[in-house]
Amino acid sequence: MLDKIGIAKRIAKEIRNGYYVNLGIGIPTLVANYIPKGMSVVLQSENGLLGMGPFPFEGEENPDLINAGKQTITTVPGSAFFDSAMSFGMIRSRKVDLTILGAMEVSDNGDIANWKIPGKMVKGMGGAMDLVASAKNIIVAMQHVNKAGESKLLTKCELPLTGVACVKKIVTELAVLDITPEGFRLLERAPGISVEQIKNATQGRLIIEGEIPEMVID
Amino acid sequence: MNKTVANAEEAIRDITDNMTLMLGGFGLCGIPENCITALVKKGVKGLTCIANNAGVDDFGIGLLLQQHQVKKMIASYVGENAEFERQLLSGELEVELIPQGTLATRCMAAGYGMPAIFTPAGVGTEIAIGKESRKFIVDGAEKEFLMEYAFDADFAIVKAWKGDTQGNLVFRETARNFNPLMAMAGKITIAEVEELVQPGELNPDHIHTPGIYVHRIFQGVDYEKRIEQRTVRKKN
Repeated sequence: MLDKIGIAKRIAKEIRNGYYVNLGIGIPTLVANYIPKGMSVVLQSENGLLGMGPFPFEGEENPDLINAGKQTITTVPGSAFFDSAMSFGMIRSRKVDLTILGAMEVSDNGDIANWKIPGKMVKGMGGAMDLVASAKNIIVAMQHVNKAGESKLLTKCELPLTGVACVKKIVTELAVLDITPEGFRLLERAPGISVEQIKNATQGRLIIEGEIPEMVID
Repeated sequence: MNKTVANAEEAIRDITDNMTLMLGGFGLCGIPENCITALVKKGVKGLTCIANNAGVDDFGIGLLLQQHQVKKMIASYVGENAEFERQLLSGELEVELIPQGTLATRCMAAGYGMPAIFTPAGVGTEIAIGKESRKFIVDGAEKEFLMEYAFDADFAIVKAWKGDTQGNLVFRETARNFNPLMAMAGKITIAEVEELVQPGELNPDHIHTPGIYVHRIFQGVDYEKRIEQRTVRKKN
C-alpha cells in the first residue's frame, strides 16, 4: 500500500519533459518534489504564476508571492506573473499539459467530485471546476476507499460533481487505473497489494486484462 | 488628469448601504487593506462583495463580516473563516460560489464591454442549473459551454504596488491576481497603492492597468500584508 509520498512519487513518473503542469492542493503539491532531475517542467499556479519554485528559506518569505494554496513560495528563473483571467485562459485553451488534483469520488466514466459534502460547510470550488472542464490530461490522486472501507471509485458519484467525464488516470494507495469507455482499467498494483484486494475496493466497473504488474517506485 | 484623493476615507466617501463592491486580492495577497479599514469605520451595511475569498476572521473582508456589513458574498472559495461560517449557517449571510476562472472572466468581460462569456466550467454540475448553455465545436469536437454574465458592480476597489496620479497601475508578483480585472470592471474604480508617483515616473511599457480605468487613487499607509500560510524550508 502506498502512503501519500508514494502516490506523489508514482504520479511524478507521468510527467514528461517540456510539460506545463498545474498541481492541486494536498498530495498533488508533493509531486513537485519528485519530478525527475534534468527534466524541464514548468509549474503553473492558478493565482497567476508560471515557474513556481520551492518554499522560500526562513526569513525570505514574501507576502506578495504565494501559490494557489496561499502558501509562501519562490519563483524559478524564467517565471512569469499574470492576472487571474489570463491564468484560466491558458487553462481553458489547453496550454497546460497536465493537471493533477485530489478527489473525494471518481466514477468509471471519469466524473469527479471534490468540492462539496452535503451537510458540511461548503468552502467553494476555487479553480477546480475550471481546471477539470478544460484540462487535456487530468490525473487524480486519491484514496481508493474511505475510512469506513467503502469504495470511492464508483459507477456513479454520490457527491455533487465538480466535472463530468474528464478524469484520465487515477493513482490511489492501492493501484494505478486509466479511465476508458468500458470503465476503470487496472494498470498497476501498489507494492504488496493483490488484484483481489483492488477488486474488492472498487465499486465501479473494473477491467483486468492479463498480468497486472506491481508499481516500480524509486 | 489628476485622480489623487487624500486617503481611503475620501476615496470611499460615496459608498453607501446596499451597494455592490468588487474587492481585489487572492486570499490575503493584494487586498485593498486601507479601503477595507475605511469601510469598517464608515459602517456601511448590506454590501454585496465580489471577491475571490472572504478573508480570515480578523483580516481582509473578515473585518467587514465581523461588523455584519456584508449581505451577500460572491466568491470562489470561502474557507479559513469561522465568522463567515457562523453567519452563513445562521442565514444572516447569502453566498454565491462561482468557479474561480468564471469569476475572473466575468470581471474581464465587464471591463471589455462584453455582456456575457461562454465557459465550460461547471457544465454537468449543480452550478449549471438554470443557466443557458450552448454547444460549440472546439478542436473538432462538440462541447457544451455555460453562458455567464459580466458583473455589474458600483465600485471596484483594488490594490496596486505602484501607481501614478493619472491612475496608471503596476502590480507586483502574485498580488496582481484579480486586481487589474476588477480595476477595469467597476463603474467607479478606486486604487490604493504602496507607492504613488508622478506622471512619467512609470515606464508606459510596464503599465498593467491604464489610468482610464481608474477614477480615484491614493497612497496607502501602514500595510500589514499578512501571510496566510507561512511555508519555508531550512537552509542546510
